[in-house]
Amino acid sequence: MTETVAVVDYGMGNLHSAGKALEKMAADGQRIHITGDPDALRAADRVVFPGVGAIRDCIKVITETGLDRAILDAIDAHKPVLGICVGMQAMMDHSEENDGVDCLGVFAGRVRFFGEQYGETGGRLKVPHMGWNQVRQTVDHPLWDGIDDNSRFYFVHSYCAVEVPEEEMAGRCEYGLPFAAAVAKHNVFAVQFHPEKSADAGLRLLGNFLRWQP
Amino acid sequence: MTLAKRIIPCLDVDAGRVVKGVRFVEIRDAGDPVEVARRYNEAGADEITFLDITASHQDRDTTLETVERMASQVFIPLTVGGGVRTIQDIRNLLNAGADKVSINSAAVKDPDFVREAAQRFGSQCIVVAIDAKKVSGESENNRWEIFTHGGRKPTGIDAIEWAKRMTDYGAGEILLTSMDRDGTKNGFDIALTRGISDAVPVPVIASGGVGNLQHLVDGVIQGGADAVLAASIFHFGEYSIAEAKEYMARAGIEMRL
Repeated sequence: MTETVAVVDYGMGNLHSAGKALEKMAADGQRIHITGDPDALRAADRVVFPGVGAIRDCIKVITETGLDRAILDAIDAHKPVLGICVGMQAMMDHSEENDGVDCLGVFAGRVRFFGEQYGETGGRLKVPHMGWNQVRQTVDHPLWDGIDDNSRFYFVHSYCAVEVPEEEMAGRCEYGLPFAAAVAKHNVFAVQFHPEKSADAGLRLLGNFLRWQP
Repeated sequence: MTLAKRIIPCLDVDAGRVVKGVRFVEIRDAGDPVEVARRYNEAGADEITFLDITASHQDRDTTLETVERMASQVFIPLTVGGGVRTIQDIRNLLNAGADKVSINSAAVKDPDFVREAAQRFGSQCIVVAIDAKKVSGESENNRWEIFTHGGRKPTGIDAIEWAKRMTDYGAGEILLTSMDRDGTKNGFDIALTRGISDAVPVPVIASGGVGNLQHLVDGVIQGGADAVLAASIFHFGEYSIAEAKEYMARAGIEMRL
């Protein structure tokens, strides 16, 4: 098998981590290519859309560079696409971050600030939601293969996706309020947590993505 | 579903070597930070903190190389601190594979640096490290001041006010070290930890003074810390990460086991 896996580089995130984790899990012949070139995304066999930082900047850059169109083209071409963190948020309808940003609309649902949330014991929860939290798998999906339900993954975010229709939910998490930890639709899977930083469970998910034939 | 509290082993690194030494069974060279981090990753550590205590400019390149090697073998979050002074320093570390950078003296020198860093890279990767020392007398109300330059330089700044200000400026996490307790093995300064944790809306990592596993529990339950950082109790094999996690879980703390 000879395949190219494109990791979308829009000049902001720490792509090194995602790239290295994918390289570790890649099969023989799979090449990980970190690129900001829309044509390279169109030529790739699989696309990973990672992200950290602010969503407004992310949407601004991918729109200006034409990467938004290339990501949507990859989705339309039925290639396996994986969104991570801000990459997932950018695929929702809308985010309220920075006074409101229209996103790519691949998934229904909106991105909201955690705000003042309280834990089970009544204490105010810290934001960002930072650390290892459990993910309840709400669908049977090839990307969950070999990963125990309620496994812990590493999260770091202040905004989260809510009001996702049940048929697009793939995993649920809770931090004061329930939110989408993973969404799935046809050839697209997206996660709020960082699989590249989630030890064995995260690496397994990346490996599953690299072998996924939707 | 509850967020787990975190255990963070800390590596002090000088010119690419772990300085205080780490003793793992079956490792010949325990001074290589990449090897040490890899072992902690396997042992179930929740994050790694890499404190660069290198003084010379030349050795900073060694640090970046070390971070890069570490990031290709360690798949848990990595925080790098020590000598972070410019936006370019942050960019270099993030590009090398750090997930978060920790800022200390440079924040005191120019608080707007933290604001700029958080705007540029996002609060999630900006940690402000605070070295605090108690300055109040026996009969007074507790008061702590922050010190910079490895604890040598007093600033006259109140630690709790400073922590609040830094989170207002965009710090996404506070790494709090009690200078009174650091190296004593007498446990965290609980009043300080509680004071800071209650004052800020972001996670707080307690550091300085861990001598046994009950100290970790006290830091979380009494101090309100979201994460606990320790070096020597893990480095010298007194306790394993797994033992620490089991102990904390038995005390009713949510842990990633």
